[in-house]
Amino acid sequence: MRIEQHPILNFEKKKEISFIFEGKQVIGYEGDTIASALHALGVKTLSYSIKDKRPRGFYCAIGNCASCHMIVNGVPNVRTCITPLTEGIKVERQHNKGVIK
Amino acid sequence: MLNQTGIPSKDQVLSRFPKENDLLKPKAILECYEDIPCNPCSTSCPFDAIEIGENINKQPVLDVDKCTGCAICVTSCPGLAISVAQLVGEHAVFKIPYEFLPLPNPKDIWKGVNRAGEVICDATIEKVLTSKSMDRTALLTVSVPRNFLHEFITVRKP
Amino acid sequence: MIKRELIIIGGGPAGLSAAKMAAEANLDVLLIDRSPALGGQLIKQTHKFFGSKKQNAKMRGIDIAKKLINDVKDYKNLEIISNATVVGLYPDKVLTVFYDGKYIRYQADAVIVATGASEKFLAFENNDLPGIYGAGAIQTLMNVYGVLPGKDVLMVGSGNIGLIVTYQLLQAGVNVKAIVEAAPNIGGYKVHASKVRRLGVPIMTSTTIKRAIGDESLEAVELISLDSKWQEIEGTNQIIDVDTLCISVGLSPMHQILSMVNAKMKFVPELGGVVAVVDDINQTSVESIFVCGDALGIEEASSAMMEGYLTGLNVAKYLGKPHPNSEELIHNYHHELDLLRNGPFGQKTLIGMKKLKEASHA
Repeated sequence: MRIEQHPILNFEKKKEISFIFEGKQVIGYEGDTIASALHALGVKTLSYSIKDKRPRGFYCAIGNCASCHMIVNGVPNVRTCITPLTEGIKVERQHNKGVIK
Repeated sequence: MLNQTGIPSKDQVLSRFPKENDLLKPKAILECYEDIPCNPCSTSCPFDAIEIGENINKQPVLDVDKCTGCAICVTSCPGLAISVAQLVGEHAVFKIPYEFLPLPNPKDIWKGVNRAGEVICDATIEKVLTSKSMDRTALLTVSVPRNFLHEFITVRKP
Repeated sequence: MIKRELIIIGGGPAGLSAAKMAAEANLDVLLIDRSPALGGQLIKQTHKFFGSKKQNAKMRGIDIAKKLINDVKDYKNLEIISNATVVGLYPDKVLTVFYDGKYIRYQADAVIVATGASEKFLAFENNDLPGIYGAGAIQTLMNVYGVLPGKDVLMVGSGNIGLIVTYQLLQAGVNVKAIVEAAPNIGGYKVHASKVRRLGVPIMTSTTIKRAIGDESLEAVELISLDSKWQEIEGTNQIIDVDTLCISVGLSPMHQILSMVNAKMKFVPELGGVVAVVDDINQTSVESIFVCGDALGIEEASSAMMEGYLTGLNVAKYLGKPHPNSEELIHNYHHELDLLRNGPFGQKTLIGMKKLKEASHA
């Protein structure tokens, strides 16, 4: 859900960016981070905790807390809240500590 | 009470209202009840009617005689704590800051709300003013029945 | 190894202000920020600022950010890199920076740490559910990315941030069901509280979160009242349906980079947590490493700007290249800071700074 009209801020229509989330093609916009684009799509769960598999989302949104780690283009532990959204990236939920290939 | 609920007491509110005689002309009501470092109301007033002084933590004091009700302070206050009030016949006419969308239109009837957020009366929107200098704070001129002079604070879309 | 006279870590209000003074003093300066945009937390602040005219009062935070960036962008002796993270700081003033996929090493004559603060968290059952965010995160989502955080929000914390973010949520069209505050009194400015109260948002003091409820994400919260000794009062539980919980329980200085160089630190609760012990010109116990802004103690953006200007001026003097108006500006900015801290809300900071000063003489 995006804000269309705001009393103080101007949100202009931006260029669409298509990317892949959990195998499905979805749309974000230029200027989004991966986490903000997913949140706008209604995706709140970004990963599952290592031991108890509890659903996790972001918390601080500025790169301090490590709650938003996801696998991006095969690379784990990416802080999606501060990573800019780019065309065609593959984003997956992380279920473990992450394996660096 | 203000410290627990954000709602000033009746005495606090009355202390900021000039005598009814003075309200035959529009006057600013400075509802700043706490010492915080802030002075745009004082520095924005073109008539030198608001006094704070060197120590910017002091609460502003209105010189009722100098105040013309121009409402520049209303849209200058970062805390949106100032309105302008005037008694016009059977009505109390206010100028209040408003920072929401959609903006009302003149002649709309909206709800009049008190400091506790409760609807208390109907409010007629007389004017809607926006300008570059007000920096996205709109100034609404609103008319309510006179007996709500000390209760009314803002409007809500019905 | 790339050499610079002054490297400033952090491009928020404190860092940008320090950069302006240092650049004007003709120092060779590098400013590093890890975010895509400069301006720190100012870029989310849609409200008009308090303070005095010299502190940019009446301007909206977003516009103050633009002004601060504009003030520094044209200096040939000031280089700014963003999306760059300082991953190492060493006592000999070497920095390692991760930028554009590469590690770069810099050597500075002096370093100013202006890394700001991070949000505190609250411990309660199920506090890890998606749908629970820091107040800054909600501001970031709404005001930077234009994304709605949720439909029904409960705000935890009635300090200035909790009150302001509540108002901003309402402006974005989001429903805020209530603000809960564990203390018996509202923590922030009463004008902020009055603003949201008249908009129909109840403020529940002496109330806290007992647990969050939900499976895949937040669905409700259970609240409980507290007595005068901060103990839960039996039987006062209530459940409120919300899909978003906003935690606004304070900020903590981001001092970690100073712990890396073994700077002498001290836990000062009045300043928000662990901070570096500094001298009169904000120099830490590690020679030529300075700190200012929220990283030195939680205050406001207005104070961060004044502290940034002062530290920039003092570092220029320290490096032997004083600003042409050094003494006059140092005097003026000290005066501005004193004015800001003079009222009741500044007392906590003054107590904290006194404790730091005592530690620095120890």
